[in-house]
Amino acid sequence: MNYLIIGNSSAAIGCVEGIRKIDTTGQITILSDEPYHTYSRPLISYWLEGKVADEKIYYRPEDFYTKNNCNVILGKKAVKIDKSAREVILEDGSAISYDKLLIAAGSRPFVPPMDGLQLVTQKYTFMKYDDAKAVKEVLKPESKVLIIGAGLIGLKAAEGVYKVTKNITVVDLADRILPSILDSEGSSIVQKHLETKGVRFTLNDRVKSFTENTAVLEGGSVLDFDILIIAVGVRPNTEIAGECGIEVSRGIIIDDTCRTSDENIYAAGDCTESLDITTGTQKILALLPNAYIQGEAAGINMAGGSKNYGNAIPMNAIGFFGLHMITAGTYEGETHVIKTDDEYKKLIFKDGLLKGYIMIGEVSRAGIYTSIIREQIPASSVDMEMLVSRPQMMMFGKSRRLEKLGGVNVGN
Amino acid sequence: MKRVYVNEDWCLGCHLCEYYCSFANSGKSDMVKAFNGDKKTTPRIVIEEGDDINFAVQCRHCEEPLCAKGCIAGALTVTNGIVTIDSSRCVGCYTCVLSCPYGCIVTDHEKVVKKCDLCASKSGEPACVKGCPNAAIVFEERG
Repeated sequence: MNYLIIGNSSAAIGCVEGIRKIDTTGQITILSDEPYHTYSRPLISYWLEGKVADEKIYYRPEDFYTKNNCNVILGKKAVKIDKSAREVILEDGSAISYDKLLIAAGSRPFVPPMDGLQLVTQKYTFMKYDDAKAVKEVLKPESKVLIIGAGLIGLKAAEGVYKVTKNITVVDLADRILPSILDSEGSSIVQKHLETKGVRFTLNDRVKSFTENTAVLEGGSVLDFDILIIAVGVRPNTEIAGECGIEVSRGIIIDDTCRTSDENIYAAGDCTESLDITTGTQKILALLPNAYIQGEAAGINMAGGSKNYGNAIPMNAIGFFGLHMITAGTYEGETHVIKTDDEYKKLIFKDGLLKGYIMIGEVSRAGIYTSIIREQIPASSVDMEMLVSRPQMMMFGKSRRLEKLGGVNVGN
Repeated sequence: MKRVYVNEDWCLGCHLCEYYCSFANSGKSDMVKAFNGDKKTTPRIVIEEGDDINFAVQCRHCEEPLCAKGCIAGALTVTNGIVTIDSSRCVGCYTCVLSCPYGCIVTDHEKVVKKCDLCASKSGEPACVKGCPNAAIVFEERG
């Protein structure tokens, strides 16, 4: 079997590891337009901050490709898939054939048209290793950094530059930060924390126009900056799939096994749509764990095994300046809130199920909540008082504990 | 593979396993030294206590370890069935805390997370099992 993988990040690596569980000899080729050994995209802010050394940004050890017997083509972009010939065409015109193909093309930053943006010389997005390297190159203690976007990427970029300069302003059109993972109460707690560190926010506002070193906002204020980081959102890289006739909606459409509408082509990660079991809807879940799990499932299926990626939900663990937060699921439903000086916790129930949670500050054992959501364990089968007070195995009945902790197969 | 299993009916809730775990992971040769001073080592095993039942919880070394699959830094890996953490790679993002269905990835004042490695680098049974006075945790091969 001849496997080809477009991409070299989590979903691609998951695919290699999935294939090798089943097929130890088939030929695997990895194709990436970036020139690097597989590295972790979420680590670029840590790298910029100096918390992760050059050699630790890599997602797998140096000998990963050799050990897994992978042929790796780096620094070349795939431009076209010829489904009938089962070939991928590269930008230099060469073609690579495949029996099974994985598209793990990821996503890219979305840069909206903004007046005068072409006048800004030091402007960056913040997704790739090269982006972080470019920012590091120009970042100085006296730099004024303007970040457009108060989402996960924008705020991680803020943390990334903070050791060098504390002169950071974040602008967002939304009226609160991190709206994709937090409720308004949570947003306000995290914003206050960031503000105590000196990060400034201008929310509910947008850039009307740029000159080389200033941004004029709709609200009238004028912000001076040296470095502009644009982090307003990401878009899935679906073009190569769409152009060859594979079904694409907002992301590439895949089934439970990560197969696309073409029987020999699979897709995984940020470029796909996943079934969010908390809502029953297809959505883009651009999360590293989801990318790996889909990639691994795709690999197993491509190699002739059987595996569903299953039970996908939105979920995030992230921290800013020592304040941790873990969130999962969706937030529509009946809520239980616990708020003290050290923690904010919100649990959301609907249709007799835990559908989502937000934990800020105190996040210990959050995964127990995640498992209840992913496994759709009915709230009626656990001790609700215990569930609400804190994540604990005690909330489950004795038989689940016997099975999970005692290694006893209760079913028999 | 051998794993640590819990017999909750026998657990006294004495917390000795937590102490033995801390000691085993402290790098100290003397138990008194391990618990002296400010830098106490956090146990990788947690006792849950109820009205009439207690039990220990630690890493189950899942066959499908969500913690390792989701690790953004490649710090969590599986070696001979044992899920281990390379602390030098951990960035403390807590994605594993988000993922672990048993709440067995432990955090403390340090940046990196901690977890049970079945005392793989030491000889014999895991320290918690050796130290349990009532055989409420055992190290066995089960189905």
